[in-house]
Amino acid sequence: MVEVENLGFGYRGGFRLAIPQLSLADGEKLAIVGPSGSGKTTLLNLVAGILVPDSGRIIVAGTEVTGMSDALRRRFRASRIGFVFQDFALLDYLSARQNILYPYRITPALVLDAAARDRAEALAEACGIGDKLDRHPAALSQGEQQRVAICRALVTRPRLVLSDEATGNLDPDSKARILDLLFRQAEEAGAAVLAVTHDHELLPRFERVLDFAQYRQETPA
Amino acid sequence: MNALFLAYAYLRYHWARSAVLVVVAALILFVPAATQILLSTSERALVARGEATPLVLGARGSELDLTMSALYFSDERPDPIRMSQVEAIWDSGLAMPLPLHTAFSSGGFRIVGTTLDYFGFRDLEVAQGRGLTLLGEAVIGAEVAQALDKGVGDALVSAPENLFDLDGVYPLEMPIVGVLAPTNTPDDNAIFVDIKTAWVIQGIGHGHEDVVTAADIASGTDALANAAVVQYQRITPENIESFHFHGSQDDFPASSVIVVPNDTRSGTILKGRYLDPESPTQLVEPAGVIRGLVDRIFRIKTLLDVVTAIIAVAALAAIGLAVFLSYRLRAGEIATAVKLGARRGMVLRLLAAETVTLLFVAGGFAMAGAVVVSRNAESWVGFLLALGS
Repeated sequence: MVEVENLGFGYRGGFRLAIPQLSLADGEKLAIVGPSGSGKTTLLNLVAGILVPDSGRIIVAGTEVTGMSDALRRRFRASRIGFVFQDFALLDYLSARQNILYPYRITPALVLDAAARDRAEALAEACGIGDKLDRHPAALSQGEQQRVAICRALVTRPRLVLSDEATGNLDPDSKARILDLLFRQAEEAGAAVLAVTHDHELLPRFERVLDFAQYRQETPA
Repeated sequence: MNALFLAYAYLRYHWARSAVLVVVAALILFVPAATQILLSTSERALVARGEATPLVLGARGSELDLTMSALYFSDERPDPIRMSQVEAIWDSGLAMPLPLHTAFSSGGFRIVGTTLDYFGFRDLEVAQGRGLTLLGEAVIGAEVAQALDKGVGDALVSAPENLFDLDGVYPLEMPIVGVLAPTNTPDDNAIFVDIKTAWVIQGIGHGHEDVVTAADIASGTDALANAAVVQYQRITPENIESFHFHGSQDDFPASSVIVVPNDTRSGTILKGRYLDPESPTQLVEPAGVIRGLVDRIFRIKTLLDVVTAIIAVAALAAIGLAVFLSYRLRAGEIATAVKLGARRGMVLRLLAAETVTLLFVAGGFAMAGAVVVSRNAESWVGFLLALGS
């Protein structure tokens, strides 16, 4: 699903990320751990095509992301990659239903049709928020908000789900439930999961864990 | 379409903030438009009244005061002129004089004593009742009828001029015999009476019970009138015969006289006769006086436009700041949209759609307000002009 080869990326005046090789199989669930500032989120942004590496190649679902133009990367991201954020990143002025369907509102790469709406409702039902689709985020608990965010990440049927501390803001009981929910839905959608986490209690649930500290290089002053 | 959907959802959810922005933007658009409409209508109304009144004769003094008194029945009271001046106009054969006596009021509205020719000159139509036929009757303008809730069959009492003057003006009760159709002119705010009725109010004419009876005359008894003689405060068919005037009508007062020349030549001749600066009377052209007034108003309007422009710039800057801060607050949302694959132009389109929607709604309100002002401008301007009189 994901192939990273000789990846090099550096922040001006900051650290440099160097990954000789990294791969993620179809449907695999890989956890990335490491100290803060080790470049975990940077990797997610590179894989998603939000950042462009200085060197190396990134291939996602058979397509080389690093060779694409900005416009193509955006289209590719919208149609092939789902994002789950630590702060949920829901829009306060949209209902849960509208938040789930938000990706369809912001890119012409996706068509908002009846099938998409049905899929949104089915995902919401599966995530236990089927009766709260018309509520705004302010009227939902944090766990419910993260379920909405998971539905939004999966409604476009992505091949890869990128999770950036998705359970970081949840209470201990909710963390495991939300992660299991994410895995179950990703499995049903046939998507791989690349997740950044600080929570070591959750690591046994992943198929593979990658410690990221080894990839960080300090830039000489 | 999606940008509009999201813009609408955002503005609706944050309705209070949106409403404030819409109100401010609508006011910025509405105020100059409404000012322009009202000023244009005022100009038309003022000029039309001025141009419909060829000449005004009155005591020498302020031309503007005389014009405002004769056309708008204003509070300005130029010195009265004698009715002999009216007769002089008649005798010249050059014009028709329409004397106006505007010294008194009732219920806050001016009592205008005049002749029947005034109604024909102003094309005033009686909507209810009939016109003036007897001494003491009143015909009221449409606005007076509405404001005082009076109609045909009711009565008005002239306001006393001086409560402590025992020898002064007595209030006169005047039956209302007609209500004029609305004209959106100062005539709507006037109480019309025959000029002789105005003289009765002034105390020049009066009616009272007989002081000397036929029997007294037959017996040669001397009679002495005193305060016990009943003064009539309402003119009725029974007592109208007792009403009489003391002195020569030539000496009776008129506030001003509208002069309607037979033709341009007659008007020119008449104007020439009143050019002498030593003459106690003057003949003015209201159109010229009003144009001078309008010019002054529009000079003030220029200043008003500058003030409005400054306020508009300040308000637009405030709106711009509010929108900018709103976008800064939404940096997270924009970052999310980018991460989810939003097109580069999508974010700009979304923000533009919100701004355009706000301006569109504000423009709609401003336009609706301008239409309301435009439709009611004539009556509002008439009311405002009456307030100023």
